[in-house]
Amino acid sequence: MTALTERQQLAYANAQAADGRVNLEFETDEGMTLNMGPQHPATHGTLRIVLKLDGEQVISCEPIMGYMHRGYEKLVEVRTYPQVTTLVNRIDWLGSFANEVPFILAAEKLMDIEAPPRAQWIRTILFELSRISNISLFVGDMALHIGAISAAFYAFRDREYVLNQIEAATGGRFHPNFDRIGGLKDDLPKGWIADTKATMNKIRDFCDEMETLVEGNEIFQTRTRGIGVIPADVALAYGMSGANLRASGVDWDLRRDEPVGLAWNECDWNVITHPDGDSFARFWVRLQEIRESTRIVDQLLDGLPAGPIMAKVPRIIKVPEGEAWVATENPLGEMGYYVVSKGGLGPFRVKIRTASFNNIAVIPWVTRGVYVPDVVTILASLYFILGDIDR
Amino acid sequence: MGLVESGKLPKPLTSLLNTSRKYSLWIFQWGLACCAIEMGAALGAPRYDVMRLGVIPLPASPRQADLVCISGTVTDKMVPAIRRLYDQMPDPKYVISMGSCANCGGPYWDSYSVTKGIDQVIPVDVYVPGCPPRPEALLEGIVLLQERIGKEDMAARWKGDPIVVS
Repeated sequence: MTALTERQQLAYANAQAADGRVNLEFETDEGMTLNMGPQHPATHGTLRIVLKLDGEQVISCEPIMGYMHRGYEKLVEVRTYPQVTTLVNRIDWLGSFANEVPFILAAEKLMDIEAPPRAQWIRTILFELSRISNISLFVGDMALHIGAISAAFYAFRDREYVLNQIEAATGGRFHPNFDRIGGLKDDLPKGWIADTKATMNKIRDFCDEMETLVEGNEIFQTRTRGIGVIPADVALAYGMSGANLRASGVDWDLRRDEPVGLAWNECDWNVITHPDGDSFARFWVRLQEIRESTRIVDQLLDGLPAGPIMAKVPRIIKVPEGEAWVATENPLGEMGYYVVSKGGLGPFRVKIRTASFNNIAVIPWVTRGVYVPDVVTILASLYFILGDIDR
Repeated sequence: MGLVESGKLPKPLTSLLNTSRKYSLWIFQWGLACCAIEMGAALGAPRYDVMRLGVIPLPASPRQADLVCISGTVTDKMVPAIRRLYDQMPDPKYVISMGSCANCGGPYWDSYSVTKGIDQVIPVDVYVPGCPPRPEALLEGIVLLQERIGKEDMAARWKGDPIVVS
């Protein structure tokens, strides 16, 4: 790493500032402009939100994104298929494993390969574990934004148990990079099944704890009930998906409706919906989804089929010409890859559809007329991840 | 220039100052991407608990911070804000660059929008490699920085090579 002089460093920063200036000319005849972010705790990263206020009330709001844009769709074009999973792990960094699966499934669809049942079941288990690790952080985070800091400590504590299980199986705490075209890298380690079952019990205890500590809290309820109501038709019009949509009462879950070969329809679980569509509903739906995920993991661990974990795949992976679209229900919502192959070692073009991008599109609509503290509640309850928005 | 900055302080006073500085680091969390979650685990989670090392994780603003931890992918759009907040921090100030992206661009080394290393914008004291580094690695970086601060000669600040956690 070459050390630059301070003069050079300043020149770099100034050039970028001149280059990336956002011209947001809000007419401030009445009211004032408030800048939230780009580094604000409620934005889960680097989302900038410009609010135009009349006193404490929001007149209009504009989210500015792009602070985390890393050029994924362009980078993927110069990577080979096995290299792509390393990158796409980092789109939604809280549920990394869930990002690999749709891409691998799309490549398998193009190559006409099907992973053996054991691999599909383990994929589903890891998918649900990453969902638990993602949403358990949300539960603590939402409480933290509303002002209850201790819930965040509990969430971090219990999330570590899940991360331990992911690490034991895949070798990575955060970014497993465990999925291969045609199966998985390795089989499960010894004793993993029993450990995971014990972990699932801990997670169910965590859900109970959060229900009494956060959900039953009067202050929490006052700050979330009736705040940021998104009716079902608006949610559908903005293309929202995942728990945000289910909290508006739409019964829609790709895990049930379109399981794309994974093992969700092999076990008994429910799609959770809530009719209210407010911030409390979004919190409640996600908390119940953790419970459902633990149920799915328990049942899949019981009936895990024996057999190989890898199908017969050529050593050098070349994907035949064609196009494929695979979408799965990620922790944040619908995530899909549209892969175009021209027969080379890497994809010709990949379109990545991520859930958060559509989920935050509703922010200007839903924040109109609310008070400033409620903006934080709404942002926290919509639950987006910046890597998932900007890619 | 005060007596402290000039480096003409008597030795026992310097070491007293250094000891008190190294155990009261206010760390400003500049969490950007994946590493931010690991930083959160290191600083906020009960398993790692950074406060036992004498580091206080939640300053209200960079103007109250001694140490900034840049964790995650830095894009060119973010760079001016980072430089501006670094300039707002009072001296003496230290920078931890956490994760491959902040160190050198990491897996986005050929991306058009990612800054290839935060050291192009601000001086870095500790590099913590990894993608993302485990929370233990960040704590190791902080401990090494504290050792450095304990031995610091006030006049010779910024003259040492950066620490690389390995």
